[in-house]
Amino acid sequence: MLQPILFALLLLAAFGLFTWQVRKIRANILVGRDRDMSGHFSERFNKTLLVAFGQQKMFKRLTPALLHLVVYVSFLVINVEVIEIIIDGLFGTHRVLRFLGPVYDVMMATNELLAVLVIVAVAAFWWRRNHNPPVRRFTGPELRMWPKLDANIILYIEVALMVALLFMNAADIRLHELRREELPGTFPVSRFLAGLLPAGSETALEVLERTGWWIHIIGILLFLNYLPSSKHFHIIMAFPNVWYSRLVPQGQFSNVESITHEVKAMMDPSYEVPAPPVGPDGSALAPTPFGVKDVEDLAWTNLMQAYSCTECGRCTSVCPANLTGKLLSPRKIIMDTRDRVEEKYNSPLIFHPNVYGEEAKHEPITDLANATLLRGKVTPEELWACTTCNACVESCPVNINPLESIVEMRRFLVLEESAAPNSLNIMFSNIENNGAPWAFSPSDRLNWADDLYVAEKATV
Amino acid sequence: MTPTSSPAAPAKRQLTVPTVADLAAQGKTPEILFWVGCAGAFDDRYKRVTRAFARILEHVGTDYAVLGLEESCTGDPAKRAGNEFLFQMQAMQNITTMNGYGIKKIVTACPHCFNTIKNEYPALGGEYEVIHHSTYLQQLINEGKVAVKGGESFQGRRITFHDSCYLGRANNIYEAPRDVLAALDADLVEMKRSRANGLCCGAGGAQMWKEPEPGKKDINIERTEEALATLSGQAAALDNLRGVETERTAPSEHSLQGAIIAVSCPFCMTMMSDGVKNKEQESAVQVFDLAELIASAEGINA
Repeated sequence: MLQPILFALLLLAAFGLFTWQVRKIRANILVGRDRDMSGHFSERFNKTLLVAFGQQKMFKRLTPALLHLVVYVSFLVINVEVIEIIIDGLFGTHRVLRFLGPVYDVMMATNELLAVLVIVAVAAFWWRRNHNPPVRRFTGPELRMWPKLDANIILYIEVALMVALLFMNAADIRLHELRREELPGTFPVSRFLAGLLPAGSETALEVLERTGWWIHIIGILLFLNYLPSSKHFHIIMAFPNVWYSRLVPQGQFSNVESITHEVKAMMDPSYEVPAPPVGPDGSALAPTPFGVKDVEDLAWTNLMQAYSCTECGRCTSVCPANLTGKLLSPRKIIMDTRDRVEEKYNSPLIFHPNVYGEEAKHEPITDLANATLLRGKVTPEELWACTTCNACVESCPVNINPLESIVEMRRFLVLEESAAPNSLNIMFSNIENNGAPWAFSPSDRLNWADDLYVAEKATV
Repeated sequence: MTPTSSPAAPAKRQLTVPTVADLAAQGKTPEILFWVGCAGAFDDRYKRVTRAFARILEHVGTDYAVLGLEESCTGDPAKRAGNEFLFQMQAMQNITTMNGYGIKKIVTACPHCFNTIKNEYPALGGEYEVIHHSTYLQQLINEGKVAVKGGESFQGRRITFHDSCYLGRANNIYEAPRDVLAALDADLVEMKRSRANGLCCGAGGAQMWKEPEPGKKDINIERTEEALATLSGQAAALDNLRGVETERTAPSEHSLQGAIIAVSCPFCMTMMSDGVKNKEQESAVQVFDLAELIASAEGINA
């Protein structure tokens, strides 16, 4: 009875390691600023059903949506078999769910067909990423090195898992034939694979069946612990991320409360500005900066979004600035956020943050530990290229909002560093002096109405 | 060039656009405030849109007024550029003015003013019912107050509508401007990137006031090429629109002569007009705002 003990230990280790990694990520997300996202239960519930479970926004592009649907549905369905594997592993049983009878037949057959579909879909995914030239959104300075490798590793693991599943079944079929026993379940695919296996040696078949079984489950447990280091973590984070979507119109930018107090105090001297927040010992806390310089200035939702990003690049592919060759890539800003929070706080098992060089017009960074998100990873040139058109926000299948981070970093540049481009400073002073962004005299504001005539016509 | 009204020029009436202050002096408050916006007040091209929309308001007998010299920038460009302090100063000043006059309802021809007043003023104490002029025109047409006849005919002319980001994605208004154009009985064609997938003209987010960052192409050129290819029926050319300058090579199915790019935003107006000039098509293709098209179809220009 060595196998169940080994299996139990393996399971424990895998889930323990996974929990340890998830706690690190949770801690990373919580370094962000507080933001109240409570309430609106039914609206959030519906959004989660439609956008996360229903993949509504994926279907703007049909081909990848269908391919992704295959992998997504298979992930949900085949995982039922993982439950069986876990029970079998722990109790030394074999195909414990066989008591389901015809339902078990349907289950096994579905899994096998889905496994084949997954292999086909994954092959298509691989082709889209690796043929020359690849689909445009799988290119760009942020998608070299580790992110590129990561994407392929995920595809290889998925194929390996499916192949292991099919060969496990095939060996089982052969084995039962040899022993003249009946095997529960229907196996439309591995039936044919069974013919490829040696018929003679029972031991060899047993080894093959066990190998398939162990590869499948170890593969799944390894994959589980690979997720926190990978963009594939979206299979978990997509759901809470969509749940905590912004529910206001996309054009509504956040209000900066502290500035509201200042402006009110300027306009009305009797206005009382609320006391600044105090720490646990009663001393005043350091004032929070305007806007975002580093990851802890972002809201926790922005950091959660960084962990929900699967680097698909839909945002970047519709960005008008990126389309016309500017440096800005919304995906890069989200990826930089995750890299930076892991560089500064907790990192998972595998951690290769993107380091950009000349290509992304980055000045050489010598002090990685003290390089902030703004300037260390995201350059002002990227931020000033944004037209705030919301195309990236609209396109994200899991409701990530890169625009929010862009505007917050602009706020830091303008309000803390007075580092706006000169032409924008001119625009600011025009507004201040003339009440218009252009240098026109405010007394000319009604000139448009001079010599205005309307043709008299009976109204209908 | 503003479309001219029917040749037999009818009687015309000079307008004195009422200001809220004038009405207040008479103890009156307008039912609706026409928020003109800085582009509508100062930009020579967009002043024509403001005038067209004022004609429509007069024509249907709306109880409206403008703030006139008391209007000031909503603060939109400052906020998008990150200058929250300046934005809030502007917002508070405008809110104080409008609340002082008891303004309840606002119509504006600028999607940026519309978005800012509708979505960002409430947090600062400015709660109003705000409508964009495309929605307002749609209502006038639906109610039969504007018949869209008696003036220039747009029958058979090819028109494509360019979505403004701050009307479309920002506020989910896609159908109102299209309904307004549908009333013209013209030949409406949609660009490949339209509605929620519409491509920005390149001016939002305070880009209007700065040079674009270094790149391969200007955004308004990309968008104008798409509009022109759509209007001339060169579907094949559309696939080449990926950040590179394209030469028009495919034979056109439709002549561009008389075609129209319709916009609903002052910045889109500037960007698309510049794009058409850059492509040397300004003698064939015109860029018009919805209000101009309706005013001239209604025959109320004078």
